[in-house]
Amino acid sequence: MIVRPSRLEQLRQELFSSRLNGLISIALIAFLVTAALGLAKWALFQAQWAVIRANSTLFALGRYPLEQQWRLWLLTALLALATGLSWGLLRAILRSGPPVTLWPRNDRWALAVLVLLSLWLPMALRLSLAIQMRWWGITLLLLVVRWALGRWGSAIPATARRLIPLIWPLLYLLGMVLISGGLGLVQVAPSEWGGLLLTLLMSSFAILLCFPLGILLALGRRSALPLLRWGSVLYIEFIRGAPLITLLFLGQNILGFLLPGGMAPDRVWRAAWVLTFFAAAYVAEAVRSGLAALPAGQLEAARSLGLPMPQALIHVVLPQALRVALPATVGQFISLLQDTTLLSLIGLLDLLGTARTVMANPAFLGQSAEVYLVLAVLFWCCCAALGLGSRALEERLNPHSRSSANLSPSQA
Amino acid sequence: MTSRAEDPPWWRNRRLLPWLVQGVAALVVAVVVAFLLSNLLINLTARGLLLSWSWLGNPAGFDISETLLPFDASLPYWRALLAGLVNTLRVVLAGLVGATVLGTLVGTASFSSNGLLKRLARIYVELIRNIPLLLQLVFWYFVVFLALPKGSAAIQLPGVVLAQSGLFLGSPELVNGVWRAPLSFTVEFGALLTGLVVYSAAFIAEVVRGGVASVARGQWEAASSLGFSSLQTLRRIVMPQALRVIVPGLNSQYISLAKNSSLAVACGYSDLYSVAETTLNQSGRAVEVVLILLGSYLVIDLLISALMNGLNGLVQLKER
Amino acid sequence: MLRRLATALPLIGALALVGCASDGGGIQSQKMAAIKSRGNLICGVDGKLPGFSFVAPDGSYSGLDVDFCKATAAALLGDPAKVTYRDLSSSERFAALGSGEVDLLSRNTTMTLSRDAPGGNALAFAPTTFYDGQAVMVPASSGIQSLKDVAGKPICVETGTSTELNLADRMRELNAAYTPLKFQSGDQTYAAYLQGRCVAVTSDRSQLAAKRTGFPNPAGHILLPDVLSKEPLNPATVNSDPAWADAVRWVVYSLIEAEEIGITAANIDAKLAEAEANKNLAQLRRFFGVEGDLGKQLGLPADFVVKAVKAVGNYGEVFERNVGTGSPLKLERGVNQQWRQGGLMYSPPFL
Repeated sequence: MIVRPSRLEQLRQELFSSRLNGLISIALIAFLVTAALGLAKWALFQAQWAVIRANSTLFALGRYPLEQQWRLWLLTALLALATGLSWGLLRAILRSGPPVTLWPRNDRWALAVLVLLSLWLPMALRLSLAIQMRWWGITLLLLVVRWALGRWGSAIPATARRLIPLIWPLLYLLGMVLISGGLGLVQVAPSEWGGLLLTLLMSSFAILLCFPLGILLALGRRSALPLLRWGSVLYIEFIRGAPLITLLFLGQNILGFLLPGGMAPDRVWRAAWVLTFFAAAYVAEAVRSGLAALPAGQLEAARSLGLPMPQALIHVVLPQALRVALPATVGQFISLLQDTTLLSLIGLLDLLGTARTVMANPAFLGQSAEVYLVLAVLFWCCCAALGLGSRALEERLNPHSRSSANLSPSQA
Repeated sequence: MTSRAEDPPWWRNRRLLPWLVQGVAALVVAVVVAFLLSNLLINLTARGLLLSWSWLGNPAGFDISETLLPFDASLPYWRALLAGLVNTLRVVLAGLVGATVLGTLVGTASFSSNGLLKRLARIYVELIRNIPLLLQLVFWYFVVFLALPKGSAAIQLPGVVLAQSGLFLGSPELVNGVWRAPLSFTVEFGALLTGLVVYSAAFIAEVVRGGVASVARGQWEAASSLGFSSLQTLRRIVMPQALRVIVPGLNSQYISLAKNSSLAVACGYSDLYSVAETTLNQSGRAVEVVLILLGSYLVIDLLISALMNGLNGLVQLKER
Repeated sequence: MLRRLATALPLIGALALVGCASDGGGIQSQKMAAIKSRGNLICGVDGKLPGFSFVAPDGSYSGLDVDFCKATAAALLGDPAKVTYRDLSSSERFAALGSGEVDLLSRNTTMTLSRDAPGGNALAFAPTTFYDGQAVMVPASSGIQSLKDVAGKPICVETGTSTELNLADRMRELNAAYTPLKFQSGDQTYAAYLQGRCVAVTSDRSQLAAKRTGFPNPAGHILLPDVLSKEPLNPATVNSDPAWADAVRWVVYSLIEAEEIGITAANIDAKLAEAEANKNLAQLRRFFGVEGDLGKQLGLPADFVVKAVKAVGNYGEVFERNVGTGSPLKLERGVNQQWRQGGLMYSPPFL
């Protein structure tokens, strides 16, 4: 019988198995403790968090008109509703299906984090009571819907259940309308979007569009038609050879020259398109590696069964290739999210751009460390969440693979 | 012989169709490009900014804070851009070396027998690569490097001084409140280099980790049964094999490091992009400056790719 | 006109041309037509410069530069709120104006020959709204008395500005070596200066004063007596649309003229009623557009002066509110005084 070593014994083996290891461990522990103490001391006693509190709306929404902000509240509530629906449904399905070890544990954690954040954050930011109540209300909505669906979700007929994921694209379109106006709502110009709103909008827009574009480019690069192939190669290599900042600069300053007067889109959209076209080249390379990993026999078999080329690609080749390409593609999405910070260099008020306006305010001069730290935490959470999501999706698509999300660096 | 009637109609002709599709696509692209270019021409003519390169010979009129090539404001624009390019190359080369060393250390640390070290390596990678580089750069410059002590309060070791104005090597002396030394690096360079190295190393560490993990477990076991220590095994047995996987992966990391160096404007370092921006502002030549920028980075990327391809040829398995 | 026809016709300009030729009663301005049809004025501003253009935590813009955007929007569109502000860095402002990104650049921009000339940046400058000069700020404790003492030390400067050139010129004259530390934006420049990375920071006198108000210890920083340059700050448009440039020019003049003849935002309604009632006040009647067609000649509404002054007040009010002694910047009028008081503010007659 094997005796499992105690926790302490395990720890001893990990940290002090040899003299060298012991020295390394002691040095590391000393370093970690000093760093943690220093950070805690700074965060609790020296840092001036007023800069975040006073400007929390600016950080969140930029200069979005006050009287139109109810639209964003509505959107947040709808998002919470949709999240609750999907989350509850997932639980219901998982509960009725075979047991999965991954999900339930994460579920509790996610729930705890969500509740704690929604309780603590509005209070820490010292938002007014009315706004705090709104946040709690929205969280409550999410929790109730999640609970209800988790309880009775399996009772929903399968056909109706299949329609539920469709609310996401619908919500995206609705969100666009709510944010920008139209259909009877007052227009809010893109130049008035800012902060986290602009960052999320830009990255989601670019992510959604660069994906199909990247697939087309990857197919083009592997196409037998020479013109198509060389066109794709030229495009991909040109984009990958240029730093993003020069392309953004080109989009802002040269595009106006390339189009007849007045035809150039708003500069926010211009930047969004540059981000999209930029990311498409990298996604194309990720997808291409997925296509390359697929045996040629798959396409040949599909074709010999009489499937026309487009159908063979859509039903046979792409599903397999995209599964292989998933980690690298999500890695690109993450770096795209990070690359939105470059918008601040061309004068757009994304999260970092807004931060720079705030820091230019004489009242908050010299409080950059606080602002940068909060931005870093925000970005870290968003990117880590994307990475976690990708890993979970990967494991669900292919329970046997054990690879992790393959991040790529910011391609600035 | 097949009769004419059995030939597919032209729109299903397998030989004709692809060319037709390509022809149409090429035509569309050509029309769009021609449209854009004619607009460019019209707009530039209207503003009297027709493409020309003679302005590159005009005196730049601005100074650059630190250059390897001697430069002053009376020299022409092209010298300014060249000085910027050399500054870019300087930080890219230093960054490549630094990021490779740190990345390899972190990457191999995740195979350490020390649990704490292993976990720390993972935390490093997860922390760094999920935070935007630009944010890290401004953090390093404004929060860390500018907080260094000034003047006589600087950190002094024999032959080395680390002050807020930079790192000074070889008998530094304080003249009139300013540190001087034969060899010095400014904090702007330091912040950019640190940011680039720390960020890129996280990605290189992943490449190295993937490479080492790709070497079969049996190789380690065989080596240790032959009496190799684990460091020896890594150096003599595993790394040579892992390099075959690592080197191609490094290529794209190196290229993105080179391109990321264009974020130097965020911490006051005068790289090519920063000089180009000033040049554009003084000369008003937007199109030419962007062309120079794109061309320069393309050449740098191609150089790195060529070097890495050469290296790849060296480490790949030679089979007779 | 012919040249524009010749170049634009081969493409899709034909329709647009027909459209704009029928607009504005003979005034040919694509820009003004575009602004009217869009319904708001796109104004390029700095956005990070207290006193000139600045975003408050509630997201609203204010400042001297911003007020000229508002006045122009009020004159052309009748509503000072119909302005979209674009924050532009100093290095992107001309490209943004040149490519039609913004209609009007009101971003503490110095008028220079090369920026004005068709062979240079090809801008069209409106009258000066603020006479400034480049100065150097140092910590009072540094013991630096003049620019000469800065030799051999780092100076912080915002990149892409005429400041950068002036500094290089002056240091070459003084034959003094120095290290220019360049930053892309003002906030970074001053952050580096405050952290002590540079012994001096150089910029327009007004800008230095504006920034100093926000420093933890404003009295601890002094402006050196050296004046490196003349910096007349003007709103700007592009050369290629002279009618639009004229309109902006006279909107600026109207605020200066209003101050000279004592019209303020508070009394303009009374003055207008007086002018409408009394036919003998010919000058005032022309100024307000009660008689004559001054506005129409510019392609603006007849009462553009009334709209502009109502929106922001006269020049003196704009100055006082944003940068004057009553504002946090506490700048004296100095050369920005009316010509009758010995200053440089002088409007040509409204005839």
